[in-house]
Parts: sequence; C-alpha cells; structure tokens
Amino acid sequence: MPGERSSEMEEGAVIIEPGSSRKYKTGDWRSKRPECDELKCTNCLICWIYCPDNSIIVENGKRVGFKLTHCKGCGICANQCPAKAITMREEGA
Amino acid sequence: MAIIAMNGDQAIALSWRQIDPDVVAAYPITPQTIIVEQFSEFVADGLVNTEFVCAESEHSALSICIGSAASGARTATATASAGLAFMWEVLYVASAMRLPIVMAVANRALSGPINIHCDHSDSMGARDSGWIQLYGENVQEAYDNSLMAFRIAEHPEVRLPIMTCLDGFIVTHSLERFEPLPDDVVKQFVGEFKYRRSLLDVSKPVSMGPFDGTDYYYEHKYAQVEAMRRTIPVINSVAKDFAKLTGREYQLIEPYKLEDADYAVMAMGSTAGTLKETVDELRAEGKKVGSIKLRLFRPFPSAELMKMLEGLKGVAVMDRAISIGASGPLFPEVRSALYEAKHRPKLSNYIYGLGGRDVRPEELRSVYNDLMSGSGETVNYLGVRA
Amino acid sequence: MTVTNLKLISEREDRFVEGHRLCAGCAEPIIARQVLMATEKPIVVSNATGCFEVSTSNYPFTSWNVPWIHSAFENAAATISGVEAAYNALKRKGKIKEDIRFVTFGGDGATYDIGFQAISGAIERGHHFLYICLNNEAYMNTGIQRSGATSMGASTTTCPAGTCVPGKREFPKDLTKIIIAHDLPYAAQASPHNFKDLIEKAGKGFEANGPAFINVIAPCPRGWRFDSAKTIEISKLAVETCLWPLYEFENGKWQLTGDSRRIAEGGKKQLPITDWLKSQGRFSHLTKEKWAGVVVEIQKNVDKKWGELLKLCKQ
Repeated sequence: MPGERSSEMEEGAVIIEPGSSRKYKTGDWRSKRPECDELKCTNCLICWIYCPDNSIIVENGKRVGFKLTHCKGCGICANQCPAKAITMREEGA
Repeated sequence: MAIIAMNGDQAIALSWRQIDPDVVAAYPITPQTIIVEQFSEFVADGLVNTEFVCAESEHSALSICIGSAASGARTATATASAGLAFMWEVLYVASAMRLPIVMAVANRALSGPINIHCDHSDSMGARDSGWIQLYGENVQEAYDNSLMAFRIAEHPEVRLPIMTCLDGFIVTHSLERFEPLPDDVVKQFVGEFKYRRSLLDVSKPVSMGPFDGTDYYYEHKYAQVEAMRRTIPVINSVAKDFAKLTGREYQLIEPYKLEDADYAVMAMGSTAGTLKETVDELRAEGKKVGSIKLRLFRPFPSAELMKMLEGLKGVAVMDRAISIGASGPLFPEVRSALYEAKHRPKLSNYIYGLGGRDVRPEELRSVYNDLMSGSGETVNYLGVRA
Repeated sequence: MTVTNLKLISEREDRFVEGHRLCAGCAEPIIARQVLMATEKPIVVSNATGCFEVSTSNYPFTSWNVPWIHSAFENAAATISGVEAAYNALKRKGKIKEDIRFVTFGGDGATYDIGFQAISGAIERGHHFLYICLNNEAYMNTGIQRSGATSMGASTTTCPAGTCVPGKREFPKDLTKIIIAHDLPYAAQASPHNFKDLIEKAGKGFEANGPAFINVIAPCPRGWRFDSAKTIEISKLAVETCLWPLYEFENGKWQLTGDSRRIAEGGKKQLPITDWLKSQGRFSHLTKEKWAGVVVEIQKNVDKKWGELLKLCKQ
C-alpha cells in the first residue's frame, strides 16, 4: 500500500500495484453464500464465466471452490448453473 | 545562426519541427491556425517523424495529448481562446496526472461577444489549473520559450504541463526578425524524452487517473503544489543553459530602466515592448520611470517580485484581462506579493486592450502621468469609451 | 479464430480481478472479463467516467492487471486515440517492440451522449482500437438518470413514471447503426449471456484493421430493479424479445448471430415484449391500464426495428 503522506505517494496519483483491489475484501457485502453439490457439478465452468467477482475458484479446468473473501452473494452462479448444483444459503443460517 | 523573418506562429511551428515531438494533436482556432497548418506541411514533407492527429475538438485534442504523454511520448499542442476554454476540464487532469505536455497559447479574447483578437482572458482563465505559464513579448521570445518549455516541463523535479503564451495576431501574425537555433543545437538542448511511467510498459501495468475519496484527493493536489514550488529553480537553470547557447538571458521578471526609477508600469506580453518605448521617451524628458515585464505567471514569482518592486513610489499593473466583479487577474497577485514589503509602492490596476483594442504609447504615457501625479483610481479602464 | 473454450481460458492469468466496488450481480464486470479474454496480446485500456471506472480504480485499489487510464467522462475514445498515436510513433522509432491492442470501456452515457463526439472522431480518424459500450440504459453512476440509450417507457430518476407521464417518452438512439454509418471495419451488438458470441466478437474487434465497436446490453440490478441473480437471464431475454438483437457488421456485411439468427431463421420463437417489461421494476408502471397504449407502441417499435435489421441482414 502507498505511503500516507503526499510526498510518499506515487507521482500523478498513479496506482503502481496492479490488481491491488484483491486486498479489498468484498465478501462481507453478502447476505447469502453459494454452496455447491459436488456430485451434481459437471465442471462446465458456466458459473466461472458469469461470476462478476472472479469468485469461482478454478484449478486445472475444475471448479474447486468459491472465493468467499470476495463473493458478494449475487446468486448468478446458482441461477445459471445448468446442473442446478449451486444453491444460495442465507449467511448465518 | 542567421537572422530570419517569421511570424510568431511560424516560429512555434519551427521550434516543433526542430524538436520533432512524438505526437502532436491539435484543433485549429484563430490565431493559432498557422502553427498547425505549417506543422502539418512539415509532416506532409516528411521533415518530422511526428504522429500528427487532427483532433475533432480541443477537448479531444488535449485528451489525446494526455493519452499520448501517459504513454511515454513527447507531446505538444496549441490553442487559443474558446479552444482553451473547451479544454478547461482536462487542463486540470493533465496537471494532476503530471504529464509534461507543452502547449502554445495564442492569447485571444474569450467570447462573448466573439472576438478573434488579443487579450489574456484565455490563459488567465486557466491560471488555477496547475499548468506552468510563460508569456513571450515577441517572436524571438515565443520561439525561445517554446524550446525551453520542453526542458522545464520534462524536468524530473517538475513534470508539469506548460503553456507558452504569445499575443494573438500581435505576435502570432506579425513578421519579425529573430534568430533561431540550428536544428542539431535544438536537439541537443532539448534532449531525449524521459518519462516516469508509461501505459505502454505492458510488463509494469499501472492504473492512471484513479478515483480519489476524501482521504486522498488533498494529498494528490498538494503534490502538484510541491511540484510547482520546485519549478522556479528549474526555469532559472534552463534559462542559464539557454543563455550559454544563445547569449539571450531570460529572467522570471525583467526590469527595464528600473534601477533609479520612482515609478514603473508592469505588463505581460507584447505591451511590455511598447512600454519600453514609452519609458525611453519619458527618460529623455528626465522622468525617473521604468517598466517591468512579467515573463512567468505560474508559478507566481512572489518573492522575486517583492524584491524588485519594493521601494518604488508607485507601480501600475496592466491587465489585458478582467475578472468581472473584481479587478484584472494580475493585479491582486502583485498586491498580495507586496503586502509584507517594508516599503510598499502605491499600486494601481489598468485594464486595457480587451478584444485586441490597441494600446498606444500616448495611452501608456497617461498611465505614467497618473502615477507621477498621484491621480487615477485603484482600478482603471484604459482606452474604453465608457 | 478466438479461443472460447472456458477450460483453456481459465488457465490464463486474470486481467481483471476481484475486490472492485460494483454492485452484486452487475453485468459490467461480467462483460469486461469476457472482452479481456478475447485476446492474449498485451492490451491497454481506457475507461470513461462511470460505474465501471469509479468502482475499479478506487485509490489505492485497482482491479486492473493491465495498463489502464481514465482521464474524464466524455473523452475515453480521445484518450485511447492518444495512447494509440504514441504507440504508432514509438513503434516506428523502434522504441516499442510488443504488438499491443487498445480497448475502451464506456457506459451508454459516455458513448451515446456526452462522449459521442470523441468516439465519432476517433473512428473517423481510423485509430486501431476496440470500443465497448456497456449499455445499462441510463447514467447509472450518478443515480439512474435517463440517457439517449434509455428504453421508451422506462422509469428513470429524470424521467420518472408519474401520474401524468409513463417514464421516458422517446425511443433510444440506435447508436450501433450510427457507428456503422462511419463504415468502420467491425461493429456488433452482444450480450453477456452468450459468452461465446461476445468473446468471438471481441476477438474480431481486437484484430480489425481499424476501429471496432461493440454495443453490449448490460442489465443493472439496481437501476432496472431486478434480483441480482437474474442479470444473465435478463440479458438473454433482451435478445429473445428482439429488443437487443445480436448482430455484426463486418467489412460492409451485416449478419445476425446467436438466438437472433435462430429467431430469424424460424428455429426459435420471438418472445413478447411483455416478458421483458414484466421482468424489471423500471417498467412496473406499464402494467397499469392507462399505459396499455405505451406497451403497444413499444412492441410496435421492437418489431419495426427487427424488420429493418432483417432486411439489412438479408434474412
């Protein structure tokens, strides 16, 4: 993160650390979280292509989890999963 | 080098040809048109390597310059009057992004009514934007300032955009003798373009022009303030290098016959030249008068001004622009600079030459008469049929 | 041919990352991610002021893993013109070795209205860049005010549905056609639900021999009033009702793509516009009896424009 004083900040207000927004955890925005029935999941990656927040974790072409640090709980993945493998559960329920 | 004859616009175009910027993006507006027309001829004849972009408006012209300068390219443009006004929003952005864009401004009155002639309302309107502002008296100065501008703006201690102002029609269109530098000398003086960050450095991706909350905006603005503070020593050192090459010395403020003067009149641009004539006439009559040409308006050379004017009995500040509801724009800055002086001269303001209204030596003489007789208001309107 | 295999694409580094402040379910990051997947060449992005720009560059956080610039609202196309001009100048001088692509993101405000001059100028000058219009049919970032892209009958904060006026009275500009009138190498309409279509179109845009433009419908859960989970569903409905046909203009030839082509060829039925109107709160006033005529007008206009498009595509 840049220094707090004017003289310590990058000239011209340039942000020099690409992708630094990863440090900002939008996960605490949500009121619902996605859950996946692994048995139904076909690894089609439709959830991954439609997730607005890069919160479907994919490794070696397989959906391995949800990035709960950033998932805002929009529910698009559950709505679009062709196998109906994803459901949205109320946080804290 | 040989003395040649050109008008101010042509001289600016010549300076660009010699510097050969990477990108020029501009939109034509009287009385700057000759700059872009002439430069486009250089492009058409392969005399420069510049990527010349005919923008569809001045707002876009400066936006193109921003994209270009942010991409590690030496970038120049020119405008006047309504064109500068149209760019107003992005002027602030260029400065905040610390982009060393060089812009020639052919000083012309702002509408309305629409008027194509000289006054300083355009560049004065941009005085808060964070651009360095230099004013040239004649074609030689317009050319010299243009060369120095690149060095000043690109200096790592500065990195701010700069406008070099020249009086519309009076300097832009008047054929004058001047001495340009040889091409290779210009290239050496200006040097290679060095940048800090570039969008085209794809291996080091940066985000430029972010959104600031209340927690960061002030610090980012303050950084511009600090950059402006570092500008005066840079302007002086560049002028020193320039003097070594040419023998022509440039100061931030140039006194004329001021050493033993009681009264002086200050102006920017071509009128500073006319003032020298008037001073010579009055001196011949034994009057102890002098004149002052302000070359640098932003950053405002307060300390230097106080030193120069302190002790004079009276100074008239001429403004070729008006801040309607107040006074001319230069006047309060001079007054403020002298506020803490031990011996403050009596200060008065003369608004003149709006919309290209010619100012004659007789009228300038009347300003000196006011000073010497202690008459005149604090703010006076010279040459208007009130 | 652009790679649209999700598994292959998923192995690449993300060019656009999480942690941005866009609303849950916003279409814009979905669209941007897909566009950025359409080329593996290095890219530089310019972005007009708006939801997308503000939410992805909240200092000191940036969601961009590629070079990115924002300068003002109406000049994203001019800004990228400058980047591209510098690239040309420096490449000619041998100072840049890479083969770089340029893309601009702007909302409908920045593209249809305040930034129209800049995009028209940039296209006329022939800069090599791809312009993506994120069309959510209003000035969303400033509070859902109407734009030149807002649908007729939609309620926005500057043309609200009241007792006397049923929302926006005017039909939107057909900006895609206006851009096509510039006779540029490539232009298209797309929707984030059909990612294969969008990515292929963006791929063509990136490789076009000159300026390229893609107008993408970007449903906005907040401004259009629908559940955040339904963004993709609604973008599909826009196409299925023929309100937002998928088509492309490539080197002078028009052709329909995706569901629009299927509908034109009779393989799929066009859905009634009432399905579309029912799905969003911004049209809820149109269920009132007194505004029945407005619904008829809207359907008529959809059909008229669809008919015109069919003729252009020789379908």
